[in-house]
Amino acid sequence: MNAPGGRAPNRVRGVGQSRLVRSLGLVVLAGVVFFLASETLGAYDDLQLASGAYYFAVLAGLTVLTGTSGQISLGHGALMAVGAYTLCLLVGNEHWAIAPALLAAVAVSAVVGTAVGAAATRLRGPYLAGATLAFAVGLPALADKYPSTFGGENGLVINPPTPPSWLGASFPLERWEAWIAGIGALVVMFAIGNLLKSGVGRAFRAVRDDEIAASLCGLHVGRVQTLAFVLSAACAGLGGGLLAVVLQLAAPGAFELQLSLSLLTAIVLGGLGTLMGAIWGAAVLVLLPNWTNDLAHSFSLSTQVSDNLPLALYGLVLIVAMLVWPSGVQGALRRIAGGLRRSPSVQG
Amino acid sequence: MNQVSIRPRAVGVACALIVALVVAGCGSSSSSSSAPGVTATSITFGTHQPLTGPAAPGYSEIAPASQAFFDYLNAQGGIYGRKIHLVIKNDEYNPTQTVSVVHQMVLQENVFGIFEGLGTPTHTKVVGFLNSEKVPDMFVASGCACWDNGASQPYTFGWQPNYTIEGKILGQYLKQHFAGKKVGVFYQDDDFGTGGLAGIKYELPASQIVSTQPYQPGVTNVAPQISAIKAAGAEVLVDFTVPIYTALGQLTSFTLGYKPQLVVSNVGIDPTTVGGLLKTFSKGKAGTELIEGAITDGYLPSSSETSNSWIALFQKIHNQYDPSAPFDGNVEYGMANAYTLAQALQLAGKDLTREKLVDVVNEKGAQLSGPGLVPFRYSKSEHGGYSGVEMGQVRNGKIVLFGGPLVTEPTAGSPITPYTTAQPAPPASGVSVP
Repeated sequence: MNAPGGRAPNRVRGVGQSRLVRSLGLVVLAGVVFFLASETLGAYDDLQLASGAYYFAVLAGLTVLTGTSGQISLGHGALMAVGAYTLCLLVGNEHWAIAPALLAAVAVSAVVGTAVGAAATRLRGPYLAGATLAFAVGLPALADKYPSTFGGENGLVINPPTPPSWLGASFPLERWEAWIAGIGALVVMFAIGNLLKSGVGRAFRAVRDDEIAASLCGLHVGRVQTLAFVLSAACAGLGGGLLAVVLQLAAPGAFELQLSLSLLTAIVLGGLGTLMGAIWGAAVLVLLPNWTNDLAHSFSLSTQVSDNLPLALYGLVLIVAMLVWPSGVQGALRRIAGGLRRSPSVQG
Repeated sequence: MNQVSIRPRAVGVACALIVALVVAGCGSSSSSSSAPGVTATSITFGTHQPLTGPAAPGYSEIAPASQAFFDYLNAQGGIYGRKIHLVIKNDEYNPTQTVSVVHQMVLQENVFGIFEGLGTPTHTKVVGFLNSEKVPDMFVASGCACWDNGASQPYTFGWQPNYTIEGKILGQYLKQHFAGKKVGVFYQDDDFGTGGLAGIKYELPASQIVSTQPYQPGVTNVAPQISAIKAAGAEVLVDFTVPIYTALGQLTSFTLGYKPQLVVSNVGIDPTTVGGLLKTFSKGKAGTELIEGAITDGYLPSSSETSNSWIALFQKIHNQYDPSAPFDGNVEYGMANAYTLAQALQLAGKDLTREKLVDVVNEKGAQLSGPGLVPFRYSKSEHGGYSGVEMGQVRNGKIVLFGGPLVTEPTAGSPITPYTTAQPAPPASGVSVP
């Protein structure tokens, strides 16, 4: 086995601390880029930025689960729904502030994730996919089952967050929403980034690569897998909560199976198991539908064709991307970067 | 082994790249005109429609039909020399998408207003935004009572009869013609279905309603609901369903050997759409015969009534500007709604602003007339749309209206009264000013 921790046998204590500082620096850098982007972009682009940020929060967790701990989930759309409904109920009915409501969304989805994750540790491959699929299909139906609490098919609506007064009266709402989502995404980036480089991340990879070997090393395989699921559920809950803040809604129609499938697609397309891949995946989720729509409508076709063409183009992009970049956008970039780095010097 | 690691340096690079992509993806669009979306030669509206997905069959024809009517007007010079454009965005009937595309149209594409946004679970998520941005939200394509609130949502107007009004008139008909018969109601579990059910309950004695069964859109097995209604012994089945569920319900009834008198909301009965769905689902074994004899209602003349001068006009426009779609109730809906908007724009005058359009519908909206059989409920406080329906039945695969239009209010106990003013003839060109 390639021990995941064996990459850096010469590292000693203290390195961890500098790693923490370095990743904090990177998160600050990402934050500055995000801030500048939100300042320069228009209101609609700020909204897209916000969408990208909440998708990133979900994808970062999912990429840990699937890419790092080796479990497949087709149910993360439903975990987003848990976060979104929690937030809408707390903010709309109980008049909580957004920050504690987001924490509650994380907590509630982590609890739900624990239950699903505990079941998940007993299942492998397609069985696990099937179980989480059932979860994705079944959970939104709860909203219809208890319409007085969850608003039925129509879902819940909350008031938009108000930007604090010190930002000025004319501060655009969309930018404020982008900031809220952006802060959530940065917290996830920092937490997941560090966790993956810690012993927990190594345990995830060890379990993914060989369960027997991992348990011989003293790891409790079931516990590690459940932890990975809970972690990713918490991220999905945060993403769902942020979605509810940005769009001010939680409705069954927003969390259909298609969402869970496109989340999985996005992490694979972005590059499985890396935070960078999650960023690319979020960009794909936000930008690709608009591009395919614009492209489809730039040809003058009959409405029946042009309505369905975006879906076909989306599929085409996925197929081509998987053929050309089997390891996703991030894998392709890494290969290109590696090629550039190698080319000037003579190897071996 | 698949080496998994995070390249922290790359995080920053990617962030910068994404920003670049987003910036590249958006063109700056600013208009110097005082009202967004209006120039000397054009007015641009936007709409969100289910062009794909479960709500698409039938409904995807509506907005292109509206555009066809605008094309017809534009060919005659438009309204005050301005051509009307409609930006049609697909929201797949998904509220997340609705919010996204409506923000895009309002904030980035600077549309003058939103027109004919389709669906209750979708459009309810943008009403707050449109009203806070003071964007006219004209003639929502849904009969939810939730649009009818001029005080808290001054910029939002409904158009089609509210489902409770429709339910009341259907309920009264059942009370009169199916007295003592057991009634089962199969309804969509949202404001559409519950609104219609409420209207039925206002009129029909509670003892007559033996079973009410909701369905969730997206769940295609309706056998539990239909079986329960059958088991309760219902002799009349009332459907507050969208076309796809009317078809699924009828196929299930057929399989179960259940043959009640069918009653369907006008939203879910268009024979072309439902017949087509029945054909597709049954692989050609069934068609419109499964909805033959169904009782329904309408607030526009039936699209198969070719002797009606409005239908003749719409048919002509359809043949010229939108020939690829079938000429059915959905196409008629889109054109009739477009006519109402054009009439309101005509009334609002040459110096168009968002406020003026809203004010003119508040003040003179009740006088707007066109293909509708009944008057509109528009005033400063009422933003409800058509005030009633006429009863109808599917005969030989076509809807035939009978008995004359009836109007009422969406409240319990308010009387249902006949409306006798005849429909005006369509103008020779353009739109007429009431």
